Amino acid sequence: MASIAQAIRMALHYGETNMGVKDIFGQDVGAPLGGVFTATQGLKTAWNSPLDERGIIGMAMGIAMGGDKCVAEIQFADYIFNTIDLLKIAGNTLWCTNGQMNLPMVVMTPVGAGIFGSVYHSHSFDAWASRLPGWKIVMPSNPVDAYGLMLAAIQDPNPVLYLKSKALMRHKGDELIPGEPADEKELKAMIDKPVQNAEGWKPRWPDLQEYIVPIGKGKITREGEHITVVTYSRMVHLCDEAADKLREEGISVEVIDLRSIYPYDWQMIKSSIEKTGRVLFVNEDTEVTNFGEHLAYRATQEMFYQLMARPRVLAGKNLPGIGLHPNLEKNSVPQLHDIELAIREVVAEVP
Amino acid sequence: MSKKTTGKTAAKGAAKGTAKSVSKASAKKASAVVKAAKKAVTKKDDFGGLSEDILLRMHDLMVKSRVLEERLIKIYKAGEAYFWIGGPGEEAWGVPLGMLGRKGQGLEHDWWHLHYRCTPTLIAMGMTMIDSIRLIMNRSTDPSTGGRNFANHYCFPKWNVAPVTSPIEVQYPLACGTAHAQKRAGGKAISIVTGGDAGTAEGDFASALILASRKGQELPVLITVQNNKMGISTPFEGQHGETHIADRARAFNIRSRVINGNDPVETYLAVKEEMEYIRKTGKPSFIEAHTTRLYGHSSADGANKKTHMVDPVMAFEQRLLDAGILSEKAVKKIWEIYESEGVIAQEQARTEPVPTSESVWDHVFVNNENADWRNF
Repeated sequence: MASIAQAIRMALHYGETNMGVKDIFGQDVGAPLGGVFTATQGLKTAWNSPLDERGIIGMAMGIAMGGDKCVAEIQFADYIFNTIDLLKIAGNTLWCTNGQMNLPMVVMTPVGAGIFGSVYHSHSFDAWASRLPGWKIVMPSNPVDAYGLMLAAIQDPNPVLYLKSKALMRHKGDELIPGEPADEKELKAMIDKPVQNAEGWKPRWPDLQEYIVPIGKGKITREGEHITVVTYSRMVHLCDEAADKLREEGISVEVIDLRSIYPYDWQMIKSSIEKTGRVLFVNEDTEVTNFGEHLAYRATQEMFYQLMARPRVLAGKNLPGIGLHPNLEKNSVPQLHDIELAIREVVAEVP
Repeated sequence: MSKKTTGKTAAKGAAKGTAKSVSKASAKKASAVVKAAKKAVTKKDDFGGLSEDILLRMHDLMVKSRVLEERLIKIYKAGEAYFWIGGPGEEAWGVPLGMLGRKGQGLEHDWWHLHYRCTPTLIAMGMTMIDSIRLIMNRSTDPSTGGRNFANHYCFPKWNVAPVTSPIEVQYPLACGTAHAQKRAGGKAISIVTGGDAGTAEGDFASALILASRKGQELPVLITVQNNKMGISTPFEGQHGETHIADRARAFNIRSRVINGNDPVETYLAVKEEMEYIRKTGKPSFIEAHTTRLYGHSSADGANKKTHMVDPVMAFEQRLLDAGILSEKAVKKIWEIYESEGVIAQEQARTEPVPTSESVWDHVFVNNENADWRNF
């Protein structure tokens, strides 16, 4: 099975071969490194930009304005913050020009904690991103979705932010990407740059197929009856694990992998809450102000009389940063036991 | 004529034009005096070899742009607009620039990343007065923003004119993006970016110098700065240590020059030469043009005429009169025609529809895809 890094690489290859992507660029995106997480190794249109986040976003906007499709990378979301006004402009360009000028560009960036990356390699960006009108925002949790959401992002005529979890880069799923060889060693031999003697290396790409995960459509990863847990990205796996564990105790948890932050799959959330009567929103961005708060607000407004318990948000603590020591990181973003505890509490609540 | 990477800026003709920027009554008298005194000088004024046709077109467009900008100020002061910002004083720079670009849509044509003092350029490209007036009066007929944005925040996709933005200097790296796409397309099209001197303090300016000049990956972009020596209320000396902003381009091995942007002849020749250089080599070029900020920064500081400054329109007009290329009668007629066009355009715009409340949700996403979370 491919890792998420390999899935992104294959999606970008598919994009540049079949979907008109002409530039994949950013810091260290091109040869020789092919991305600090290897997600852009071997791509024919990948090139290295100066170490300049604002230059990268501005350049991407210009390329998109000129009518060419590009995928730009900010090496870590922790460094995307100094581009926020450019992201704002990219998001408002269509609106400000009364529909005349769209920016069909993709910006991808690794987000979140889980790699002990300390204060400046652990930032989340989902809540910030949700406040950039005009952008679509996706956050895959597994390789197949990583592939399908990247193709959807490339296909979309609007600017799309593709937030990829740092901690999930090496994560392997349990489904094959259409066209991917079943043997992961074979895949590795085909598309991973050799660690030694890589000079002159070229990838041998598998015969990849188009596979689109529609933006705005979530996925139920665990079906359950007692509580709905809405999450995305890295937290999906912790929530699935909590659901599996609690099932043994008779607590039936439905887990929704939202996959898209904006637009988001409200109909899936709503149907699930109508069934369970209880909801917990889980993500690792800081809790003030959190995207889960928006969803909790909406659940309260629209479903108040159907709820059996107060909606709850479990998120990262509102701290200046994620401390390097594991004790600090683990007490900053939700861990498995925090999710279990929160589920137990919501389920135990009686109206 | 300007010299590359030198600080020589003031052209004789433009400097003498200050005499004209007083009241209309005294201007006539001054004109007669200056005309007599200048005879010897104008005999030597060959206007850089430019044809009378070009000179007259430049004058005509400069007047049109000035009349339009003054009309926009009147509209603001009459309470028919919420804000004014514009480019009176930049006609001698903006008009030749607009005349020289290759206008059209697509990568085989030039791309324009302009700032909010760009009315002269767009007038030279063919923008009508009423389309600028529709913008400042927030009409839904405004072709740039549909009534959504400030005065002079133009956007004309049919001419590759990128949307003007309120944040300054962000247009610079975007110009590198379109230049990159143009270079790949293989034609001779270039990207042109304009901005103010104060804005060069922003990192985006440095981003553009770096992106445009990387060895072996140079981009066909004309990087320009209009130096009016004032950033809202902060003088040039308060925010610059460098002698010439153009010197900063030299650090990146970008060919650069300083010109008198108050002289349309000098501007025309310099811009033409630099555009030809870029089209021929595929490499960037930099022009620092010294200009006048004739009505201040924006309505925020009153938008009143600064009578002590060089007025490039009046200065050029006087040169043409002195040279016998224009007559007083013709000048009067030109101003009257555009004054009248401005008034009629304002009257028409007043009758046109404004955006509806419901249209706030239009164009958040392409094809009006639902953007309202309440309807997800």
